[in-house]
Amino acid sequence: MYRSVIFTGVVLAVLMEGPGSAKAFTAYVSNEKDNTVSIVDTETGKVIETMPVGQRPRGITISHDGKLVYLCASDDDTIEVIDTATRKIVGTLPSGPDPELFVLSPDGKRLYVANEDDNLVTVIDIESRDVLAEVPVGVEPEGMGISPDGKVMVNTSETTNMAHFIDTDSYEITDNILVDARPRFAEFKPDGSEVWVSAEIGGTVSVIDNASRTVKHRITFAIPGLRSEAIQPVGIRITADGKKAYVALGPANRVAVIDTATYAVEKYILVGQRVWQLAFTPNQKTIISTNGVSNDITFIDVASDEAVQSVTVGALPWGVVVSPE
Amino acid sequence: MFFCEHMGCVVAVFLFLLVSLFLAVLPVAESNAQALPKATTPGLARTERETSEVRIGYIRAYAPQLALSVLDVPSRDEGVAGANVAISDNNTTGRFLGQKFSLDTVEVKPDADILPAFNDMAGRGVSYILADLSAAQLLVLADAARAKNILVFNVGATDDRLREEDCRANVFHVAPTRSMLADGLAQYLIWKQWRRWVLVSGSHERDHLFADALRRAATRFGGEIVAEKEFADTGTARRTDSGVVQIQRQMPVFTQGLPDHDVLLVADESEVFGTYVPFRTWQPRPVAGSAGLIASAWHPASEQWGGTQIQNRFAKASGRRMLSKDMSAWTAVRILGEAATRTASADVTQIAAFIRSDDFSIAAFKGQKLTFRPWNWQLRQPIFLGDGRSVISTSPQEGFLHQFSELDTLGIDRPETTCVLK
Repeated sequence: MYRSVIFTGVVLAVLMEGPGSAKAFTAYVSNEKDNTVSIVDTETGKVIETMPVGQRPRGITISHDGKLVYLCASDDDTIEVIDTATRKIVGTLPSGPDPELFVLSPDGKRLYVANEDDNLVTVIDIESRDVLAEVPVGVEPEGMGISPDGKVMVNTSETTNMAHFIDTDSYEITDNILVDARPRFAEFKPDGSEVWVSAEIGGTVSVIDNASRTVKHRITFAIPGLRSEAIQPVGIRITADGKKAYVALGPANRVAVIDTATYAVEKYILVGQRVWQLAFTPNQKTIISTNGVSNDITFIDVASDEAVQSVTVGALPWGVVVSPE
Repeated sequence: MFFCEHMGCVVAVFLFLLVSLFLAVLPVAESNAQALPKATTPGLARTERETSEVRIGYIRAYAPQLALSVLDVPSRDEGVAGANVAISDNNTTGRFLGQKFSLDTVEVKPDADILPAFNDMAGRGVSYILADLSAAQLLVLADAARAKNILVFNVGATDDRLREEDCRANVFHVAPTRSMLADGLAQYLIWKQWRRWVLVSGSHERDHLFADALRRAATRFGGEIVAEKEFADTGTARRTDSGVVQIQRQMPVFTQGLPDHDVLLVADESEVFGTYVPFRTWQPRPVAGSAGLIASAWHPASEQWGGTQIQNRFAKASGRRMLSKDMSAWTAVRILGEAATRTASADVTQIAAFIRSDDFSIAAFKGQKLTFRPWNWQLRQPIFLGDGRSVISTSPQEGFLHQFSELDTLGIDRPETTCVLK
């Protein structure tokens, strides 16, 4: 039964030339400029609803049960909690000033938030709304990654140019790894063996070995006809099987596809203008990019690495998250 | 600093440092226990043991200045405030690496001999000096600093000659040149298809230099200067009790009878008349240059490319908005911080070699990495174009192409340079 549903879905999606996802999921896109979240059906590619949220929405994530979306309302200095059933803001979390990006612990109980203005990572207990710790990090903390076992959190600081490894039991920094200029995003491989850190101004992705805590490889990008300054890596996602990585390249308007075994760039997929963040659908068939300057999101088919469809959302789409079911 | 291969070793070091730190703070901890940062101190202590210091000097020529608008009177700490924010940023990073940065600021009069101040500073062990000085003073400083193996970072002087016929191998120019500013402005006017310009310049030397840069930009990018006029400084007061009554009548007459033009360019670095021009011209025309649309290294309202963060940090630290000279000084100190971090050293030879290396770059909230031109050590950078309130655009403009870096469409490029580094 399940198989046939998926099969029908694939056929339908292909027939409709839709985003190529076999099952309808819901994507939530934060639109930085017009203070909204676009709610998009990943199968039809239609915007179901555009809901008003707080000022300057950026980082966005979802609870593991899919019931709540957490959203950094940066200029309101708060994290808003959206009920996905009613599509209403049902509460806020104390984030500290100017929250930009955060990551949810694998057990879903804690949020780790980067506070850019205060050089802090704030740890929030979601249920009690208590601030459990504030960890001083480098200048302009931004990227937040969490190990699959939840024991290690990695924060990147944009002016210090480091990846800070934080023990999530003691909230202590255990390692500070120098990466290239303006590190924006940290992503663990699903097996926890590596952390990938993008450097927006440096134009590279540093692959950090999680056991030795050293940079084992530095991925560079070259696109014919494009000057190197335009290649500005930001969002990173790695497939659940750990085999392929996708890196959003900002004003290069492309998403790079990387073989994680060789670190070779296999392909540059043209999406929209100033591509920043990425999210997979839970079945891993589709990856969605937010294209800030062209006000749209692009659905990329993971099997073929082709851009399938672009959908107009709100003004300056920033982050994206997809419901787990 | 020592390194650990195994977790056990790390834990052991942690425990050891935790205990030693605890013992060290014990006398004060009784009264102050709650104020201690809870979890992070041991982690920091591990790297805080061996601290090397990067001592940075800052020599500035300062005298109170008047301006046509009180809003344009330079802040007392212009430039220095930016350096201080970068010192704090560098120290946040330095915590993790055992590096400490300090700033030693000295003021001299605008036409004073700077050698005594320099010698004092060199005597205090400074290896790097930020200079906000006149071109003549900077050259004296550069030659004295060279003899003592001190690197100089020019954060104030926009004179092209310091990067051309008077260039020096030990001076890094973080401030843009007049020609870079003029080119940034000209590219935008051409992009707007506003090609016919009238140039009104002041009668002082620096007004002439800026006018020269605007003329060069016109030739370079296809602007046409249809008429020129000088506004002579007759020594009038910048502030009078009768205010703007006469100016409202004088400026239209001064600009009467000019051939038709798209934009009126003003070259008035001396603050004699520029601010009086917008909205008072005979023909209704936009004004650019020293008034109206102004080219600069930074804009106090820029929030693009993460700019919000540095603006907030600066405003919090200094209680005012960040200006171009603050950004140049911030960038200079960050260049040293970046070099010290990457080389894990405070040594001037290593730091100089790193900054001069081909792959050196610095991030400074301008949307792309900034690099040095190796032929004269001028920092390549986008130029902001703004009015008093907001950023209108940044140059280089779309379509101004270059075989090496689009930033080299701004200012004097490698094939044209007269600099011979020595």
